[in-house]
This record gives sequence, structure tokens and C-alpha cells, in this order.
Amino acid sequence: MIRFLLLFSRQGKLRLQKWFTPMTEREKKKITRDMTTMVLSRQPRSCNFLHWKDLKIIYKRYASLYFCLAIENGENELIALEVIHRYVELLDKYFGNVCELDIIFNFEKAYFILDEFLMGGEIQETSKQMVNRSIEASDMLQETMEEYMSKPAF
Amino acid sequence: MPAVSKGDGMRGLAVFISDIRNCKSKEAEVKRINKELANIRSKFKGDKALDGYSKKKYVCKLLFIFLLGHDIDFGHMEAVNLLSSNKYTEKQIGYLFISVLVNSNSDLISLINNGIKNDLASRNPTFMNLALHCIANVGSREMAEAFASQIPSILVAGDTMDSVKQSAALCLLRLNRTSPDLVPMGEWTARVVHLLNDQHLGVVTAATSLITTLAQKSPEDFRTSISLAVARLSRIVTSASIDLQDYTYYFVAAPWLSVKLLRLLQCYPPPEDAALRSRLTECLETILNKAQEPPKSKKVQHSNAKNAVLFEAIALIIHHDSEPTLLVRACNQLGQFLQHRETNLRYLALESMCTLASSEFSHEAVKTHIDTVINALKTERDVSVRQRAVDLLYAMCDRSNSKQIVAEMLSYLENADYSIREEIVLKVAILAEKYAVDYTWYVDTILNLIRIAGDHVSEEVWYRVIQIVINQDDVQGYAAKTVFEALQAPACHENLLKVGGYILGEFGNLIAGDPRSSPLVQFNLLHSKFHLCSVPTRALLLSAYIKFINLFPEVKPTIQDVLRSDSQLRNADVELQQRAIEYLRLSCIASTDILATVLEEMPPFPERESSILAKLKKKKGPGKVPDMDEARWNVNGNTEHSENTEPTNKSSPPSLVADLLPTNRPRPASYSPTILSAGNMAPSHPFTDLLNMNSSPATGANLLVDVLSDLSSPAPAPTTGPGPTDVCEEHFSRFVCKNNGVIFENQLLQIGLKSEYRQNLGRIYVFYGNKTSSQFLSFSSSVTSSDTLKTHILPLLRLLLTDLSVLKGILCLNVHTMPVDPTVEGGAQLQQILNIECLSDFSDTPVLNVEFRYGGTLQNIAVKLPVMLNKFFQPTEMTSEDFFQRWKQLGVPQQEVQTIFKAQHPMDTDVTNAKILGFGVALLSEVDPNPANFVGAGVIHTKNTQVGCLLRLEPNPQAEMYRLTLRTSRESVSQRLCDLLSEQF
Repeated sequence: MIRFLLLFSRQGKLRLQKWFTPMTEREKKKITRDMTTMVLSRQPRSCNFLHWKDLKIIYKRYASLYFCLAIENGENELIALEVIHRYVELLDKYFGNVCELDIIFNFEKAYFILDEFLMGGEIQETSKQMVNRSIEASDMLQETMEEYMSKPAF
Repeated sequence: MPAVSKGDGMRGLAVFISDIRNCKSKEAEVKRINKELANIRSKFKGDKALDGYSKKKYVCKLLFIFLLGHDIDFGHMEAVNLLSSNKYTEKQIGYLFISVLVNSNSDLISLINNGIKNDLASRNPTFMNLALHCIANVGSREMAEAFASQIPSILVAGDTMDSVKQSAALCLLRLNRTSPDLVPMGEWTARVVHLLNDQHLGVVTAATSLITTLAQKSPEDFRTSISLAVARLSRIVTSASIDLQDYTYYFVAAPWLSVKLLRLLQCYPPPEDAALRSRLTECLETILNKAQEPPKSKKVQHSNAKNAVLFEAIALIIHHDSEPTLLVRACNQLGQFLQHRETNLRYLALESMCTLASSEFSHEAVKTHIDTVINALKTERDVSVRQRAVDLLYAMCDRSNSKQIVAEMLSYLENADYSIREEIVLKVAILAEKYAVDYTWYVDTILNLIRIAGDHVSEEVWYRVIQIVINQDDVQGYAAKTVFEALQAPACHENLLKVGGYILGEFGNLIAGDPRSSPLVQFNLLHSKFHLCSVPTRALLLSAYIKFINLFPEVKPTIQDVLRSDSQLRNADVELQQRAIEYLRLSCIASTDILATVLEEMPPFPERESSILAKLKKKKGPGKVPDMDEARWNVNGNTEHSENTEPTNKSSPPSLVADLLPTNRPRPASYSPTILSAGNMAPSHPFTDLLNMNSSPATGANLLVDVLSDLSSPAPAPTTGPGPTDVCEEHFSRFVCKNNGVIFENQLLQIGLKSEYRQNLGRIYVFYGNKTSSQFLSFSSSVTSSDTLKTHILPLLRLLLTDLSVLKGILCLNVHTMPVDPTVEGGAQLQQILNIECLSDFSDTPVLNVEFRYGGTLQNIAVKLPVMLNKFFQPTEMTSEDFFQRWKQLGVPQQEVQTIFKAQHPMDTDVTNAKILGFGVALLSEVDPNPANFVGAGVIHTKNTQVGCLLRLEPNPQAEMYRLTLRTSRESVSQRLCDLLSEQF
């Protein structure tokens, strides 16, 4: 099971956080701090895995963003690394060459995409087409809504 | 396609975000945020009803502010209102806000539940998915109570859309993790298993996750999933022609699903059905073969996905641990990875090999890679890879290579990162002890450890070397000589001084013959370092000095001068001052004989698990160190030397009260100088233990005070009231014939027991292991019992309760480093001791109730404590003649209880023998005319009476039946024992 997913910048700014087990805000802040200091201090070309308490931390850097995933002991590190990659692909497909700014300005979209992909700490749908189809479908709903709002007399 | 370009709504939000980004300072940001919060608050409070769009926009802004790390104390209600909007976009934002911001114990839950309920009933798949996601995200108990019964039917209904099935499966999984009791197995479970056959691979993937979790808890209910999983895996892995379309990831067929299926299979032993087994073996071989094929793509994603499946297959092979050829192939494959240019693969190979090293089939194969691993230790640039190399060296170490491995670890230690030094020190210390052929090597190694990494040598390590030197006569002279030489160095670590002081104080006489290490030279050497070290070390040295006075009368005046000096007698530290005064006085007034008795050489320490091993296990957290079954339960917390894990004296069980006083503690460890000087010298403990001098937390007076204060405070309220609903007795029957093991385990907590009984007294060490990475708060436990137990053997119960409160006192002391409120850190283990006295015979069972908070929810666990009548057995050996004479004496019908039952386990004589012995009676051979029968005798000890028991077990292998007969002087005892034992075969 995935315990949490964090996205943060090279400066340690948190861009997205998803917690799959209940945790207090204090714990979340502490873990975020631990993760950023730990991951940002890693040398380039080190391996992508770390042990932290009873969890395994899987991280990977894409451009200016670090994606950091915590999985339970005994789970598969490499497939977790590809969970990160698949999420990046999904973001990329949606935003078209995604960058950090897209995630800052459209954070709610980044969450929606993540929710289509992961649920309860497990992978829900691994097919890129399937995820994209549901995101598009919900965007369609969104579009009609926006049209409706901009033209109340419609 | 990007929706952002379509002028996607919420311009105000975008403006706000860029304002924040343009803020030059933290203060400016806070100012801008406060302005926005005021604006939103006024909008929400305004008279004008907000339209859905504005509400959505403001809720989204609040969410953004919250994610920046600021507190949000309003807006929840508006978000909840969005749920009931019939516009998707508003609903979606409402759900997002709730899943990010609402924690599980919010008072809004019932309103949220209402929204969820409507959406689940809407039959609109998009809305249903949103609702299911929200349940999975929040996952509170209240939500589970409201929806847990509904979700299984959504999951298995024939007309549910695939995407909803996926969400429902994972939602159910989440609820099962948080509130397993609310997700009872039922008719749906069989149908869930059949989802493994579903056409839609997304559904199969989600279902496999669910089934794996459920199967871990109740394997029997999901046994049918084995064959389906193997079939599915086989279709993915072995058929090259199959087109999985978008489920193929960088030329690898359904890697996520493959990994999940392989994990599901790890819940079970190898399939028994031969055809199934060979089909699985074929899959595993194919996966191993594919590793040798040239890659189909140069992309790292291809190799990652392929190797993810490969590593999971290897994990399954190791889990089965039954096919030597597969194990060796797995080992060879990992061996290749050890030299791979990808750091990730080298890391994973080292990690996997660690588990492989503990299998007897592959241990030797792993060992052949020793040079590569040592090389990794020296050349890897990444510290986490080096750490795995250390782990592997530790795991592959045995008698044949221990010297090499210890030497390599020592040399690595000189340059190792500070973060892992302590762990390496512990590992070296353990290996050196475990594989020491001669103890001189051991002593050298530990002294080297202190020299190289003194700061990282924990107390456990140097305690241990002293324990061993004291217990091994043949190494004492060598140890004295070696520490003496090591102390010659101009700068030596304080830990070395502690070891040196202790050893010379005990065995300095063994080297005193040499004029270069005459008594005075030894003393001067120690004393030259005295002023540079800390108070505890100085206290220890003072004790060494008084020991010197006994060993070498010729230095007595010199030492007395030192003790008499102002810097000792008027030392600011009370402990030092007291020691100086008392030792000085002792040396003046006591005759040589008395002195010799008081300061006699330390007696050997009782054998027990290495405290270092315990420390390493604790450091690593539960489940991380190989071969840690029974031994794990010895983890002693941080005051190892004041703990009593060994029974004192078999012949005279200490009374319960006396046991609480440190004077009766089993280790000869707790005598402070106070007791010595008080003229209170009981002849049986006349020695002073230097080690314990600095263990202030558990010394006499404090303990007593704490115990008393705890007794006077209200008892820990062992209510039988609205306690937990289910009492776990899953492992209960296993404990009838054994005393140690795991009695309870769920995802959060593991409870282990280690118990010992003597006559009518018993002691249970309860170990609570926090399996999570977060704290347990308000942790408390109590023992209660059913009404029958109360009325019938009330005294027993009362004793249990008193002791619990008393023991809480002890606990507080032992874990003095912890905060006052009972917190169990993530990965940590807490120990509790229960003392039990059996007053009269009983048949009911006490229940251990555990309560704590985890992640905001109160967890309530009740476990049947395995305290049964047979625990108070003392075995009785008797001759055939005696046996039959007594058998006849117990001939009254009420005294005999007999039962005939079917064997539930294979009828193995050795196992049966072991079980009968474990039951507590003596096994009498050559008593029964039929050698196939088992005959036993024993006496149940209660405080009031003793009840003699005879038993006879007659197996009938043809019919796979047993007949069990028990005769005791009491009907109730016969019946109870018969009930207990007949369930064991």
C-alpha cells in the first residue's frame, strides 16, 4: 500500500500532498520536512530508494519537481517507481508538456487526475487511455457548466 | 486538448495564485492571504446568496491556502453544501475539499454522509465514483458504519459499471483496513474472488489488491483465489500472442497486475495440487528466462517494469522456499544484478539477497558473492547502497567467513557515514560474539570497535563484553592485559575507560605479577584519566578503586588518600560524594575477611539473549531482522540491566510483593552502596556490581515510592462496561501447550507473550509492538474477566488487577525516557509484566483489553489471555506400579472424564509427546502395557490446594481417532483439563 505521495520543488516547496492514511497536520508537516531534507540532500545518480522508519521511500526527480512516494515494507520498489512515472505521463498528457507552474495553477486538476489513478493507496487504473477518458469526460461536464455560467440567459 | 487553454473558469483563483507567487516575503504572503480570507469570510457571511460558481471558487481558494500550510477554520459548511449541487464541477470541488481537509472525527461527517448517500444512490457512475473516493479518502469509522454494508453489493452487482467496480473494490479495501469489524465476510467474498476472471484488467487489478489484503487476514476464505491467480498470471506471462492493449506498459504485459498476483500468491504456501504447482513453476521460470532476453526497448521504464515483475517472482520463490533449483537460479540472477550498472538494481539485489541468505537451500550460493559485496561496501558512492551491503554481509555471515566479514566491517567503520555507524557497531559486536571461536578474538574486536567508533558504542555493547569476560574464566587474564595496554594510549575513549575500570577492578590481580603492570601502575593509569571523564564513569572508577583495596592491600593507603581528598568527599555530585565516603569508611572499619566477602569477584551472569541483539532489533523495528522469532520477545527496553527476564531461583519462588523490591531482583545487579553501608549485608549477595552503579532510574527507594504512589491512585479501571465488541481468541488454543508466541496481530499492533510458571505463580511478559510508523497515543491496558471468573475465582482476578497497577509503576520507571502520557512510538515495542497467582481451580479465561489512539481513532482490542489451569502443572515422575495404584484410587465416576475425538492433525508420536510435555505433565514411558499409548502425571498447584492428575491418551491411527481419559481428585479439574487437551490433537 502507498502511504503518501508528495511533490516538492528543488527549493523544498510542497506542490502536492496526498495522504492515504489518517494523520494529524503536525505529523504531516513533520514527515514533509523529513522527506524534503532527506531527498534533497541526495547526490545525483544515487539510487531512487531509501529506508525511512518502517517504510520505503521511492523518489524521482522530473525537471524541477521531486516526486516522492512512501510504500510499506515488503512492497515492490521498481513498480512504485513506475507509479510515479505513469502519473507524470498522465499529467503530461493532460497539460501537454507539463511543468511545475501547471501544477501550481491547476492543483485541483492534479488532484483529480491522481484520484482517477490511485485510490486508498492502491493503483486503481493502470491504463493511460482509461484514465484520460474519465478525465476528459469530467472536463466535458465542466465545459458545459462553464458555458452555462457565462451565459446565464442561455 | 489541455483544458487549461479553454479558459477554464475560476479566473479569480488564478489571479490569487499569481499574487501569492509574486509576494517577495513571507510577511507579504501572510498579508495577502489574510486579506483574501477576510474577503471570503465576508462573502460567505453576506446576505446575498452566493451562486454555485462563486462558492466553488472560494472553496477552491481556501483549499489552496490550506495546502500552502495555513490553518483554515471556516468554509467547511460551504464545501459540504457543494456536495448536494447537481453540477458536477461544484460537487467535485466539494469532495476534493472534504477529502483534503476533513479529518475523520469531524462533526460534519453526518452531513457529508448524507451527500455521499445520495450520490451512491444516483446510479450515475461519475457521481458514484466521487462518493466512493470520498469514503476511501476520509475512511472514518462513522463513514464505515454508514456504508460498509452497501459497498460489497455495489462491487459484485452484475450491472455495475467497470469503473465503479474498481472504486468499490478499493473503497472496501480501505474500510477493511480501518474498521475490519465492519466489513464482515459474507456471501460476496466468493463472488469477489471471481473478479479475478473479469475481462477488464483494471477491475482485476483493483480486485487483486482487495483480495490480497483480505487473504492476509483470513487465508482460508480466499484459498480458491490461488488457482485463479495462477491461471491469470500464466495467461499474462507465458502467452506471447496475447494483446493486452493499453495494459502493456513499455512492452511489458500488465506489470502492475503481475506484481499484484505474485503478491497475492505470497499469502499462501506452494499450491498442493501438482498441476497447479507446475503451472506456477512454469510461470516463474518464464519470468526468470525473460531476464536473460535482450531488452525490447532501451527505455528505463521497460527494464524497471520487467524487473519489478522479476523481483516479485523472486520474492515468491523465497517465500515458498521449497524449490532448490528456482532458489539457486534466483540467486544467480541477483548475483548478475550485483554488478549491474544501474544503481537501483544493485541496491535491490543486495536487499533481496539478504532474505535469500536465510534459506538453507541458497545460503551457500549467496556466500559465493562475498567478494562482490565487500567491494560494494568499499566502492559504492551511495550510502543507502552501502547500507544494504552491510546488511547482506551480516546476513551471510557464518563461522566460515566471520573473521573476514568482521574485519571488513571494522575497516569500513573507520570511514562510514555517521548515520549508520551505530548500527554497524551493533552488528560487528553481535557477529563477533556469535562466531567467536576463541574469546581473545572477541575481546580484541570489541576493543577495536571502541577505539574506532567509541561514540557510537552504546552501553549494551560494553555491558556485553563485560558479561562475557566475567562468564569466561579463560579470557579474563587476556582481557585484563589487553585493556591495560589499550589504556596506555594518550587519548582513549571513555567507553574504553569504563571497560578498563571494570575489568581491572575484577581481574587486575591476574596481571599484577608483571612489574610493568603492578597494582600501583594499574591504579595510576586509571586515575590519570579520572578527572577527564563524566560522573557515571567516575562513579564506576571509584568502585573499581574499592575493589583494588581488596585485591591489592599494598595500594590501600594511596587509594584511601584519593577517596579522602576534598575533590571526592566534597564533590558537588551526591553520588560521587556518597561513594567516596562509604568506600572510605568501609575500607577503614571492615576486616580483611569482611572486605573480601563484600568485594568478592562478580558471579557469572545468567545466560540470556544478547542485549545487543535486542537493541539492534529495536533499532530496526519489528520484522526487519532475520531469524527473530522467539528471541524478538526479549527486547528489554533501554535499561537492560535492571530488567528481570530470568526467574531468580527455581527452588523458592519469591512472593509477589517481595518481587517488587529490588533486593529480591534476580540479577545480582541492584545493590547500591547505600545498602552496603547500612550494614544490611545479607550473606547471599555480598558483592558490589560496578555496572549497575549508574543505573539510577531503577534503584530501590524510587521504585518503592513509585509503586506505592501508583497503588494509592485510582486503579486503572478495568471496566467490563462498553468494552470492545469482539474478544480475539484466534491464537488462544495454540498457547495451551506452549508459553511463548504471538497472541494477537493486526495491521497496527502485534501482541506477543512470553510466560513462565512455577507452581501456583506465573508471570507473563506482554510485548506490544507498534507495527506502524506513527505513534500510538493514550496507550493503556487492563485485564478483565467474565462474570463467572469473577464470582468463582474472584481472588485470582483481584490479584491480576492489583498487579497490573503495580506493574504500571514499574513500566513508568523503565521507560523513563518516554513522555509522561503513554505513547508508543512508531516501530517501537512496549513491555508489560503481569504477575499471576492461582488461588483455586478455574475454567474461565481473563481478557486483556488494550486501548490506544491511532491516527485520531480510538482502537479497542480485547484478547483472551492464555492463562489456563494446566499452566500451574508441576510434572510428577512415577513408576508403573505407583501409577496404577493411584489410577485405581481415583476410580470414582465423577473423578474421571473421558472423551473420544477425531484427530485434527497428522498423528505423529513426537509431536504428541511434545504437546503432552508442553501441557505440563510428566510423560511416563513403560507404564502403559500398550507402547502406543501416552500416559502422563502431574500436580496442579493452586494456593489453597494441590490436585494430582493422571492422564492417558490412546491413539487409533486406522480410525484417526483418540481417546483421552483424565482422572483427578476433582471433577471440575478433570473436565477442564480434558477440554483443553482434547482440542490439541
